[in-house]
Amino acid sequence: MKRPLSYKLNILVFLLPALVLFIGVLIAPIIMSGYYSFFNWGGPGKVAEFIGFGNYKELFTSNSINFMRALRNSLLLALFSVGIQLPLALLLALKLGKKVKGERAFLSIYFMPVLISTVVIGQLWLKIYNPDYGVLNMMLRALGREDWAKIWLGDKKLALWACFVPILWQYVGYHMLLMYAGVKGVPPELNEAAMIDGCTESQVNRYIVIPYIKPILRVSVIFAVTGSLKSFDLIYVLTNGGPLHATEVPSTLMISMLFLRNRYGMGSTIAVMLIILCFAFALLINMAFKEDK
Amino acid sequence: MSMTGAKKYPPMEVKRRRDLRPITVLSYIGLVLWAIICLFPVYWMLTFSLKNNTEIFGENVIGLPRYWLFSNYTQALNTGHMYRYFLNSVIVAAATILITLIASFMATYAITRLVWKGRKLMNKFFMLGLTIPIHASIVPIYVSLSKLHMLSTYWAVIIPYSAFSLAMGILISTGFMGDIPYDLDEAASIDGCGVWGTFLRIIAPLMLPAVATVGIYTFLQCWNELMFANVFISKDAIKTLPVGVQALSGQYTTDWGPIGAALSIATVPTLSPARSRADRTNPHYKGGCHAQPPFHDRMDTIPGTSPKSIQISESRPRYPPWRGPGTCAPGAIAR
Repeated sequence: MKRPLSYKLNILVFLLPALVLFIGVLIAPIIMSGYYSFFNWGGPGKVAEFIGFGNYKELFTSNSINFMRALRNSLLLALFSVGIQLPLALLLALKLGKKVKGERAFLSIYFMPVLISTVVIGQLWLKIYNPDYGVLNMMLRALGREDWAKIWLGDKKLALWACFVPILWQYVGYHMLLMYAGVKGVPPELNEAAMIDGCTESQVNRYIVIPYIKPILRVSVIFAVTGSLKSFDLIYVLTNGGPLHATEVPSTLMISMLFLRNRYGMGSTIAVMLIILCFAFALLINMAFKEDK
Repeated sequence: MSMTGAKKYPPMEVKRRRDLRPITVLSYIGLVLWAIICLFPVYWMLTFSLKNNTEIFGENVIGLPRYWLFSNYTQALNTGHMYRYFLNSVIVAAATILITLIASFMATYAITRLVWKGRKLMNKFFMLGLTIPIHASIVPIYVSLSKLHMLSTYWAVIIPYSAFSLAMGILISTGFMGDIPYDLDEAASIDGCGVWGTFLRIIAPLMLPAVATVGIYTFLQCWNELMFANVFISKDAIKTLPVGVQALSGQYTTDWGPIGAALSIATVPTLSPARSRADRTNPHYKGGCHAQPPFHDRMDTIPGTSPKSIQISESRPRYPPWRGPGTCAPGAIAR
């Protein structure tokens, strides 16, 4: 069927708002980020000096930037996310998927921390961790363990762990919900057949439900790992990379490069590295799950 | 087994005796325990927002407030400028939702209902947006905004927020628009509607449920976003809630009551859509049947996770749920 030119024009008009936004704000900036990363540049209005891969070289070798530590911190977070957060979420999802009393209430409660702004969560945990008046130390003192009360966010060794707790806590509900939808999607016939064959509940979970929701587990793992690499809000609110850069992650490093040290080229380099890492990990996880099949 | 003379069995016992094995009880205790862990910080926030410092700092740390100090709220709203920040967030959220809805509905219409070469490719192109982290564009957008003298304006965050919500908006609307029968387009066409008439009079009114889903998703995304707002807005009069709360807690380091009030004010709107999530916003709602899991509409926002797409994935070839384009976390849930 031949379509008139006006039809084609209409298509363009329909696509135009989305395309303009999309290309202007998402696609072009990525290319520009890549371009900036080859320059030593002090920001708008300053002269940019082309240095090739100099920024990348400096990023991985400089001790003052210490990108490797930031990367290690976020990978550690990814590890804990996959090792603690996801199993906990899976456990909750499996339990809730079995028609527990008050299922809906539990779901809403577990999902609540995800809905609350990370800034609010961060500020709340700042108060919980407060060395003098925080709930945590108050409780420890009430239990008579004065010696366990610590300056949680001010201690170089403890701060990173103290930051991980709220991050992991907040997103359990998110992964739980992903997995719960999967558990609910398992055809009841499968469960019933397994039950008739004499499977116990844990066997049903092990041999029916978990293999069935594997695609969702994959999505969850990808979200957890890329989310950890990109983590910013909570760490920014809680410590902003301190004390003595002990809790620095790539995103906080990027922001401090940009707006404290005015190194726009280096900031872009970190952004580019983050994108590459996120895509690489997503691909790796995809491949790992495919080989499993 | 022969059927003749078979004993008549009573119908299968459907209602089982309540299961009270220790493991069941234990797992229930586990569920309740986690619920308490989830609720406690929120409970604590709401209670200390109504207390004075002597109660918060020792006398009554986790109990209900003895004197309900609503003055904390008025203080946060007036001297803490929470009123201003709240209004800014509402303005930003409303504008972002509007732009996202219009742009994504129009694009989805062009992709799913109009026939042209390359529409599948175009869809894939848009779905790239799901995988792009916001970090990728922060420097170039900042530079462009400063060149255009648009830093510290509402547009400085509205435009990026809309662009980053767009991919998810299109993904959700594609699902909804696919459910609208194509016969309607044909009928409209026979009755003399053009492309625009069909879109405005037939499709747009039927997309109301999608408005709720896309709206809630976009709302949460821009209400809670910190990184862009923090970088692009420095003027106090334009600050959105996340940045404002940050600034406020810097001012009131010793006075916890008003901070608690500010945190509560910022939180309430994000929790209410969860409660008001009516079943009618659920496209798969079958009258009276509550078999659908709650939050189902939000689940739709994550590619390949809606119960529907899991169950009948074969019939929706456009998005194979787990080979779909969205392999990275959407920006909203970026940490």
